[in-house]
Amino acid sequence: MASEKGRAASATKSTRKVDATTTAFINARLVDPETNRDEPGGLLVADGVIADLGAHLRRNAPAGAEVVDCRGCVLAPGLIDCQVFAGEPGAEHRETLKTASHAAAAGGVTTIVVMPDTNPVIDQVALVDFIQRRARDNAVVHIATMAAMTKSLAGLEITEIGLLQRAGAIAFSNGKASVVDTRVMRNVLNYARDFDALIVHHTEDPYLSKNSAMNSGEVATRLGLPGVSKLAETIVLERDVRLVEMTRARYHAATISCAESLDVVRKAKARGLAVTCGVSINHLTLNENDIGSYRTFFKVRPPLRSDEDRRAMVEGIASADIDVIVSSHDPQDADVKRRPFSEAADGAVGLETLLAAGLRLVHGGDLTLIELLRAMTVNPAKLLGLPAGRLMKGAPADLVLFDPDEPWVLNKDLLRSRSKNSPFDEAKLQGRVLRTIVAGATVYQYAGVERT
Amino acid sequence: MTSSKKSQQPFPHRHLLSCEHLSAPEISYLLDLADADADANRTGSAKRHVLDGRFLINLFFEASTRTQASFEMAAKRLGADVLNMNVSTSSVTKGETLIDTAVTLNAMRPDIIVVRHHAAGAVELLSQKVDCSVVNAGDGAHQHPTQALLDALTIRRAKGRISGLTIAICGDILHSRVARSNINVLNTLGANVRIIAPSTLLPAGSDRLGAEVFTDMWAGIEDADVVMMLRLQRERMEGSFVPTTREYFHFFGLDHEKLARAKPDALIMHPGPMNRGVEIASTVADHSRSVIREQVEMGVAIRMAVLEALAGHLPRT
Repeated sequence: MASEKGRAASATKSTRKVDATTTAFINARLVDPETNRDEPGGLLVADGVIADLGAHLRRNAPAGAEVVDCRGCVLAPGLIDCQVFAGEPGAEHRETLKTASHAAAAGGVTTIVVMPDTNPVIDQVALVDFIQRRARDNAVVHIATMAAMTKSLAGLEITEIGLLQRAGAIAFSNGKASVVDTRVMRNVLNYARDFDALIVHHTEDPYLSKNSAMNSGEVATRLGLPGVSKLAETIVLERDVRLVEMTRARYHAATISCAESLDVVRKAKARGLAVTCGVSINHLTLNENDIGSYRTFFKVRPPLRSDEDRRAMVEGIASADIDVIVSSHDPQDADVKRRPFSEAADGAVGLETLLAAGLRLVHGGDLTLIELLRAMTVNPAKLLGLPAGRLMKGAPADLVLFDPDEPWVLNKDLLRSRSKNSPFDEAKLQGRVLRTIVAGATVYQYAGVERT
Repeated sequence: MTSSKKSQQPFPHRHLLSCEHLSAPEISYLLDLADADADANRTGSAKRHVLDGRFLINLFFEASTRTQASFEMAAKRLGADVLNMNVSTSSVTKGETLIDTAVTLNAMRPDIIVVRHHAAGAVELLSQKVDCSVVNAGDGAHQHPTQALLDALTIRRAKGRISGLTIAICGDILHSRVARSNINVLNTLGANVRIIAPSTLLPAGSDRLGAEVFTDMWAGIEDADVVMMLRLQRERMEGSFVPTTREYFHFFGLDHEKLARAKPDALIMHPGPMNRGVEIASTVADHSRSVIREQVEMGVAIRMAVLEALAGHLPRT
């Protein structure tokens, strides 16, 4: 019912100006997770789409084309990030759609999905329209809108899923809160199924997590901080899987963070259910020990877990049981972060460090480049029904060119994001985005030296 | 922590925030100082001049009559001027953040700030924003260093040693900063530490804190040299941790029957304030082996010792 139409309209093209000339990317290392391609070659872009690609274009550019010499660096599909909390509307002092899009471009991310946790909440057709117009006018990457699945995210009344979808909502979420009322959740899933709408759920039992500041365990106990058990996540996830079994809806667990949740997803997939899941880059690369002595930039939701759980998440990416990696980009200003840990806000910015942080796992030998990129490109594209995320003739020319090896140190003050709450501040990273292309147009280019 | 003087100073820290990283010699140094202070306080010869011309602020975000009075008396006995600031939670939520408060007070150039706060880590956060020395007088469920030190001093004076003693800490471990600090100090000094609580009042990973864990008080108290009771923090009990105080007293309150399982000369301790009839029977609290009043006395002495030790790091006047 209207789903194709809804999804086709869903990713708003912000850069409507289509590059009329042909651009030839030569001397590239083409990496495409969908086809497992990883080979030297070249790629032609014309009219905003990929016109041709392959080894035969490695050194040859057609006459008249603008030539970009990739110098052997990786040319891959632009990243698609399914979970970004932008501050617009309502918290523009933290981030706007415009600043988020520039942060995305600097990180090689060509499509971001913004979450409905705004003020007002994106739970009405007019607000979906607002996001899309603002994105069209101000953003340099594609912005897709996730709409609320319950009014005001209160978990009580279903939103107009059909009309919101028709207006362009790409999926439906309850933001940072779980729907506690099982009957409401059942009805959401049951109703969404008729529209083939994707339900994206943050799973957290609010009774178990009440007042908690971090993962429960020895570290929390030593710090004297109230902890939340991993069970708070897994219990809600298990309930949801039962409801999916009953309703046959499409369900995506937004960000799992522990081995037990991965096990639940694995079993659901084995039973043939349309269950998928994501993990944030933070839970793949950081653990609870990073909190050290109350470092609030490491306070996120779900909380950072043990290193054992982190390793389980990495294995989940390698085994493809975890489908997508998100930045969970969540800008918070100094006023809400420079507080005692239990009183500080959750959240970390992540768009600009998503790829470099992920490459840690490749350099460490935990993942192949294809495995990492698959969870950041073609998998989210398939999940959201987007044509991007592939190196394929006719696919949108949303691309990222990056040097996977260049070492650098992050200085948070140089982030494009309006908020600077990065857990990777002063961290050594390896892998630098050189150029980001959206619909054939370059929206970011690394200048060689960081601006100051 | 200071830099260059570290090797020469017997107490090389500018702040006292936690017991977790205090070494045995550092703790012993403080206990020795306090021992002398305690004797001097008894003979009335204690008024000393270590902190003459110095200014101490007692900054209490959580009300505490006894700890605040104890710090005030300790500071005044050493010659300091003392300002007591009781910042109730409500006035903080009116606007000013902890960091603003810290920066404001710092601008007044105090020498030492003593802080109690309801949030774990808050005192350390404050210490990062000021130039003076900071003493943690309790932060959330994290640490209460001077309480653990005064407990160690009380035990050492009564028993002559701490190493090798079996010390049972019993009660609301989950919410207790006193328990965490005591586990650190007593372990560092070589005691065998046990913790006793119902499972609902044991924090996650408590088996990895360096203490033996018991959920049966009769077993946990067996042959203990010291029984340290904790206050049941009923104000933090939202969410049904224990059914009733009556049931709690039956299974985890210190009465004569359970006390009989400890060594015949076992010390009875409590950091106060006590809930008589909840965690400790009134007659046990007033028992001849109870050192609860000595704990209060040692509190002043240990705080004098801590202030003296920190005075070594203050810039010269």
